[in-house]
Amino acid sequence: METLDESLNIRPHGRSVIEIQDITKRYVMGEEIVHALRGVSLRIHRNEYIAIMGPSGSGKSTLMNMLGCLDTPTSGRYEFNGKNVAEMDDNELAEIRNREIGFVFQTFNLLPRSTSLRNVELPLIYAGINPEKREEMAAHALQEVGLADRMNHKPNELSGGQRQRVAIARALVNNPSIILADEPTGNLDSKTGGEIMAVMETLYQRGHTIILVTHEADIARHARRTVHLRDGLIESDDYLPLMESEFAISSS
Amino acid sequence: MRRFVYEISESWKIAAAQMRSNMMRSTLTALGVIIGIVAVTLMGTAISGISIGFDKSMAIFGDDVLYVGQWPWKQVDDWWNYRDRKKIKTEYAEPINRMIVATPKSNLTVAVPTSSVYRSVKYGNGEVNNVLVRGTVSDYVITSTFDFKEGRFFNELESRGGANVCVVGYDVANALFPSASPLDKSVLINGQPFKVIGVISRQGTFLGLFSLDSIVVMPLPAFQKYFTAKSEADILVKVKDKTKLAEAKDELVGIMRRVRGLSPEKKEDFSINEQQALKSTLDPIKNSIAIAGLFITGLSLFVGAIGIMNITFVSVKERTKEIGTRKALGARRRTILLQFLIESTALCLLGGFIGLTLAFLMCFLIGVGFPSFPVHFSTDLVLVSMIVSVLTGLIAGFAPAWTASRLDPVAALRYE
Ligand SMILES: Nc1ncnc2c1ncn2[C@@H]1O[C@H](COP(=O)(O)OP(=O)(O)O)[C@@H](O)[C@H]1O
Ligand SMILES: [Mg+2]
Repeated sequence: METLDESLNIRPHGRSVIEIQDITKRYVMGEEIVHALRGVSLRIHRNEYIAIMGPSGSGKSTLMNMLGCLDTPTSGRYEFNGKNVAEMDDNELAEIRNREIGFVFQTFNLLPRSTSLRNVELPLIYAGINPEKREEMAAHALQEVGLADRMNHKPNELSGGQRQRVAIARALVNNPSIILADEPTGNLDSKTGGEIMAVMETLYQRGHTIILVTHEADIARHARRTVHLRDGLIESDDYLPLMESEFAISSS
Repeated sequence: MRRFVYEISESWKIAAAQMRSNMMRSTLTALGVIIGIVAVTLMGTAISGISIGFDKSMAIFGDDVLYVGQWPWKQVDDWWNYRDRKKIKTEYAEPINRMIVATPKSNLTVAVPTSSVYRSVKYGNGEVNNVLVRGTVSDYVITSTFDFKEGRFFNELESRGGANVCVVGYDVANALFPSASPLDKSVLINGQPFKVIGVISRQGTFLGLFSLDSIVVMPLPAFQKYFTAKSEADILVKVKDKTKLAEAKDELVGIMRRVRGLSPEKKEDFSINEQQALKSTLDPIKNSIAIAGLFITGLSLFVGAIGIMNITFVSVKERTKEIGTRKALGARRRTILLQFLIESTALCLLGGFIGLTLAFLMCFLIGVGFPSFPVHFSTDLVLVSMIVSVLTGLIAGFAPAWTASRLDPVAALRYE
């Protein structure tokens, strides 16, 4: 695809974390067949900050789930860190999601009866890390998102922004290759949303790879690269000039 | 492996939290299991209680004693064949003892004749009805296992001479001599005075049915003189080595055939009984308790299992989004399967625990209300109940847990 070649020529070199080629996804709903993705190719490098934009129903979430190994494509090729995802079984996919990917959801998706600390520990349990280490790592992640004083609070004792920060801590606690955030500010007011984006920016500065799904241009402006989807196809894939993105941060 | 352990311990915590936040629902759901466990526990308690009570009751007779009698100690279909047998007589004891002495390396020790009737026993204004009055010889004390509260058994001299002495059971002594010692007092039986020379320690009841302490034992000649001219008897024969009971029995059969003068082709016209044989007569009772108990247990566990399966399905449904989230965070199918299996198992264990507590309380109350009824709450039952609970939980939880583990993560995450 053209866009893929362009991005290869212009921007970061070296090994890519994610490489998808001609991905399609079809949903069969009774009589109707929905083409959520119609042939998407994308290459994402380590420490990129990329926003996936597009109107509602354009396939953003579908693409995101695909990248996060939650879903498998109907056709096309997906390599994660050089390994073909299509050949992985359920356990291997679970392992990738656990170790390489951190999810942040629009609806936070915290366990309601567990404290922040326990919520953040969850991926570490699935990674087989011992309880003492787990607590230490979770506490550290919460500290990073500025919630050192909310470790033993349950979700209903936290504000929306705080909940999302717990979710971000949970996403980054296992030190994944990429953080995937699907409309992370969708349920927050613009001020709180701004705070969340500031946390994202810090993570990016520390070397994390971030993929952000949003339909708000304001939010997307924080990213260094923007992919526009329309009707399951990539419409554009642009790198923001460095100056403009610096400006975007300072103005927010 | 370590991951597996962490996942399991996490699942237990989740299950516990889940039950705590839904205490009422959990308890109601576990009701079937509670009833099942109560049923199985009470059944087991009743069965082992009967066995233990029986053993305790039988211990008085001693497990190293053979009983020669007209009737076998078991149910017979052809009772008419036994009815016309010649009676067993007290006189048989003497030839039997002679033959025992004459046999080198005999497996038998001594034969003791006993003969019994039921009579009232009086002292002053006091009277006890339906007392087992038994005539026997001084060697009786060898074949029995009782102790003396006070006094002694009659000696050989008194035994042969038929002295008017007697040994009384605990109940008789208590009823007639509530405050004083009965020793050297004379009780009246059939208007005849017998001097009390010993009191037997308390023996308790036979399976809580009748008292073993309502008894008077006296020398055989005195018994025959005052109570019955007929010499119908049971003969007790003590065995030397109770591990060789079968050989001893064979030897006694041979001796009895000679006493009865049976030619080799003739069938035996007497029965040689032992305590163990009597035990099997309890089997039908135990079996019917077991069948009833297992039926109730099975039924309530079945109903309970369906309830728990149902509630686990509800739980899976309610937490579909959580399942999706867990999968996104790296939970495998196995993890989710385990989590819900552990939840249903925890529910069943809760039921099992409540059931055991109830059963324990019920046993305790029965023990308080009817002290003579043999109740026995064993650790085996606790173990069995726990295993049954766990199995019920695993079976009931499997279908919902499997469904949960197979959920498509994306569909689960989209679920509202
Ligand atoms: N599980 C599914 N079953 C059926 N259709 C689906 C499913 N997921 C998404 N779709 C459809 O695919 C299209 C793209 O959806 P989605 O990726 O969620 O869009 P976006 O996130 O950009 O709003 C929509 O038309 C949506 O209705
Ligand atoms: Mg979406």
